[in-house]
Amino acid sequence: MHVVVCIKQVPDAKNVRIDPDTHTLVRQGVDAIINPFDLFAVEAALRLKDACGARVTAVTMGPPQAEEALRDMLSRGVDDALLLSDRAFAGADTWATAGTLAAAVRKIGDVDLIFCGKQAVDGDTAQVGPELATILDIPYATLVKDFELLEGGHLKAVRRTDEGTEIWKLPLPALVTVLRDVGNPRVPSLKHKMRAKKADIPVWGHGDLGLDPDAVGLSGSYTQVVRVFSPPRRSDRILIQGAVEEQVEQLYRYLKEVKVPGL
Amino acid sequence: AGARPVEDLESYRGVWVFAEWRSGVVHPVSRELLGAGRKLADKRGVELAAVLLGHRIEAAAAELLDYGPDVVYVVDHPELARFTDETYAASLVELARRHKPEILLAGATTMGRSFIPRVAALLQTGLTADCTDLDIGENGLLLQTRPAFGGNVMATIVCPNRRPQMATVRPRVMKPAVDRRNGRVEAVTLPERCFEHRVEVLQVIAETDETAKLSEAEVIVTGGRGLQKREHFRMVEELARLLKGAVGASRSVVEEGWIGPSHQVGQTGQTVAPSLYMAIGVSGAIQHIVGMQGSRIIVAVNKDPEAPIFDVATYGVVGDLFQFVPAFIRKVKEERGE
Ligand SMILES: Cc1cc2nc3c(=O)[nH]c(=O)nc-3n(C[C@H](O)[C@H](O)[C@H](O)COP(=O)(O)OP(=O)(O)OC[C@H]3O[C@@H](n4cnc5c(N)ncnc54)[C@H](O)[C@@H]3O)c2cc1C
Ligand SMILES: Cc1cc2nc3c(=O)[nH]c(=O)nc-3n(C[C@H](O)[C@H](O)[C@H](O)COP(=O)(O)OP(=O)(O)OC[C@H]3O[C@@H](n4cnc5c(N)ncnc54)[C@H](O)[C@@H]3O)c2cc1C
Repeated sequence: MHVVVCIKQVPDAKNVRIDPDTHTLVRQGVDAIINPFDLFAVEAALRLKDACGARVTAVTMGPPQAEEALRDMLSRGVDDALLLSDRAFAGADTWATAGTLAAAVRKIGDVDLIFCGKQAVDGDTAQVGPELATILDIPYATLVKDFELLEGGHLKAVRRTDEGTEIWKLPLPALVTVLRDVGNPRVPSLKHKMRAKKADIPVWGHGDLGLDPDAVGLSGSYTQVVRVFSPPRRSDRILIQGAVEEQVEQLYRYLKEVKVPGL
Repeated sequence: AGARPVEDLESYRGVWVFAEWRSGVVHPVSRELLGAGRKLADKRGVELAAVLLGHRIEAAAAELLDYGPDVVYVVDHPELARFTDETYAASLVELARRHKPEILLAGATTMGRSFIPRVAALLQTGLTADCTDLDIGENGLLLQTRPAFGGNVMATIVCPNRRPQMATVRPRVMKPAVDRRNGRVEAVTLPERCFEHRVEVLQVIAETDETAKLSEAEVIVTGGRGLQKREHFRMVEELARLLKGAVGASRSVVEEGWIGPSHQVGQTGQTVAPSLYMAIGVSGAIQHIVGMQGSRIIVAVNKDPEAPIFDVATYGVVGDLFQFVPAFIRKVKEERGE
């Protein structure tokens, strides 16, 4: 059983802002963290490792410094790590990202199950998982909160929908995007930390993946970001202090005025 | 190579809306999308179509006609009675290949965000996620604006070389408009391969815990650590019930065990955008704010006037929640004559 976990290094949300003069993202001085949702994906994979000795490989596409995120993965008990890094990968949209990840999964070869996070907190699209599965032509289930391996190479997945819960059965190989419900991420252990420090992390570029440089990164992307800007400030803010009775009256009137449903 | 233009860019015409339904009734986001789609179609001088997939959904098809489409394409098949990514994507892809719309919109619901990426990948086109604004640019391109980085940044995105231009659109942002023109319903038969699926749906369990339906709620009342105790959290639940809303929680409250994790709003919880979001005793940490700042009206109750929640609030009540909330509950009940 070989499990691949896709992880992404993201800027810490609280520091991201737009430069008012250049209208571009300010990334300087912004710490990189592992996408919080991906920690649940890793936990899901490690639980399979605990349960049935699955081999777990963490993969990320990113700049050279994303290696740091992979070492963190190794220190949590992941067996192997793989960095997809190439200047040509820069500026990828979800389609180009999924295409590059798909080429890596094909090259790895014997992958039975892929775990992704629910979404990345920077791009916020939740599209890479489904697109990756589609390119690989394997079934997938999104928003999985619990899962179980079944006899005969199937996965039982419990998904959350807007209306409740659904239980799906997927033939392997398959891909799932997971929710936090799969379990709290474990912390790095001393033993694994030692290994993580010394581990050799292979770096693959477009040539290693047999991909045309025009098919990856910005030039392989179908979408283009033409403008980034700060969200308009809320100009309609009202702040009320003073006596409780007056506050209650005012809020009630306000909610009536703005036609809140149910009032 | 990926971004090479499709050869026949000009042959793609028309604006399409994927129409979602629940228990045979059209989902509100689909009406909203028809409202937005009508404007785009008029600007482009093309037809607006809705696509309805399901089984025994005549009533929903008729309902859609009230919201402005020139045509509703209906695929009725027993295998579509239940959603799977594979059957829904294959059907929509087959229709899009036949009719070649230039724009294809769907709701950014859990369903839309699950299978629309598959549609985009099969059609080999771009997809913009969770848009809050759509417009037609000078060159006829669809300008798709969306929040990213948890709402700290807005981005406008285009798909210049591929068709259709695809977007999922955040619920409750666009305005529906009743618009009865002489639209027609067209039943379409698709090849059986569109209904094949590798995934098997073993069981569908309707959520018994109504309050957990955060993402769909019009009103959410969220409690934070300022409530101090599990018993006090009941106030929040009572207010939510009164306003026919759902109960939300900050992570601290979930960690305290006052309520289950399915209620958590924020970066590691759910992203919500109801009409009314009330934050009671919530400080407004960035990880919380990114999950709720898209709400139409935000009311914050906090005793600390410097609390960051007031930065995103449309209406801030500075005061002691233990005085304010019970008084407000009394007021609502009084007005209702309870
Ligand atoms: C402001 C802004 C807006 C954008 N909007 C769009 C858009 O609407 N459409 C679009 O196609 N692109 C968009 N992009 C580009 C998009 O962010 C990147 O393509 C990104 O590489 C992947 O998308 P995501 O961050 O949304 O990931 P998601 O699809 O949300 O990530 C889901 C999961 O996929 C896996 N994953 C994602 N990225 C990687 C990676 N690099 N390596 C390994 N695993 C990964 C992780 O498991 C992750 O949890 C936008 C970028 C910016 C800066
Ligand atoms: C990686 C990461 C992910 C996270 N994800 C999330 C997430 O998804 N969701 C989330 O919510 N948090 C998340 N957090 C936690 C977040 O940083 C905050 O710790 C949390 O949101 C604080 O919860 P709170 O506002 O309930 O509590 P506090 O910050 O303790 O705030 C309590 C507030 O109540 C007010 N108050 C106290 N008494 C009264 C009174 N009598 N009347 C009126 N007001 C009163 C206080 O002034 C204060 O502002 C995350 C943190 C990290 C590091």
